Amino acid sequence: MSLQDKYKQLIDAANAGGVSNLQVREQGNALYIDGSAPDGATKDKLWDVYGQIDPDFRAGDVVMNINVAASEGTKAKVTTDKTNLNIRKGPGTDQPIVGKAAHNEIVTMLSKTNDQWWLIKTDAGEEGYAFAQYLSPQ
Amino acid sequence: MKIIKNFFVIFLMTSTLLFSCKPKDSDIQANIEEKMKSMPGISVTVNDGVATLTGECKDEAAKDEATASAKDVKGVNSVVNNCSVTPAPAVVQQAPVVVNADAALMSGVTDATKDFPTVKTDVKDGVITLTGDIKRADLKNLMMSLNTLKPKKIENKLTIK
Repeated sequence: MSLQDKYKQLIDAANAGGVSNLQVREQGNALYIDGSAPDGATKDKLWDVYGQIDPDFRAGDVVMNINVAASEGTKAKVTTDKTNLNIRKGPGTDQPIVGKAAHNEIVTMLSKTNDQWWLIKTDAGEEGYAFAQYLSPQ
Repeated sequence: MKIIKNFFVIFLMTSTLLFSCKPKDSDIQANIEEKMKSMPGISVTVNDGVATLTGECKDEAAKDEATASAKDVKGVNSVVNNCSVTPAPAVVQQAPVVVNADAALMSGVTDATKDFPTVKTDVKDGVITLTGDIKRADLKNLMMSLNTLKPKKIENKLTIK
């Protein structure tokens, strides 16, 4: 069974969820899925489908890089577990912390440095880089 | 008694003759629909023995097949096939798979695992290997951020608590 068959449900869900620039490629025993989801809920749903096919993500046969489409000026919610989100001087955890955004606070995305780090600004005027995993575009 | 029996036979014969001469449009339609069960997306209407097909066919061959198949049905005088042919989806140019260099992966992995101190990581030839342990509730979040780093593969050997 090819990986595209094994993960057919996931690929179908990505198509149905309106993921743009969807790329699905099988290479060297791994399936690479890239694309841009219209919102955080769609991305979350895809990860749930992935988790149903491969419980606990043990198989190591998928690399799914689905980001959430967000343009400059997009409002994003801080979706940490419960803690504050660090705002740093540069894109990296080795960078000094210059501010904090509270759990569930709404911040503004200024630019995407990469899929991991976004430049954000809080309503209080604090500006810096935050880890994108904890930001959910609204 | 015999007369009644004769009447009955005559009645049967005439009715059979009547029906076999000219099947009803609704019966023809049902027969065509039955035959075209394997071709979803096509609807049939029959009027005075003229079958009209509408809907979508996946290609010209499927459209011809639908016409032929409807024509075969008893009572069909002609077939008007108004089905549209679905254009083949444009072939999307597939971008090659990008795998980041180990150094970039390493710094990304450090950032992604900062909040999970019990997770140990190793990066080699594009493969991220995870050992140590993690809470089940955190696993998805960790995997989500590691998957954005463009690794070749993620080996999850974590003990899930």
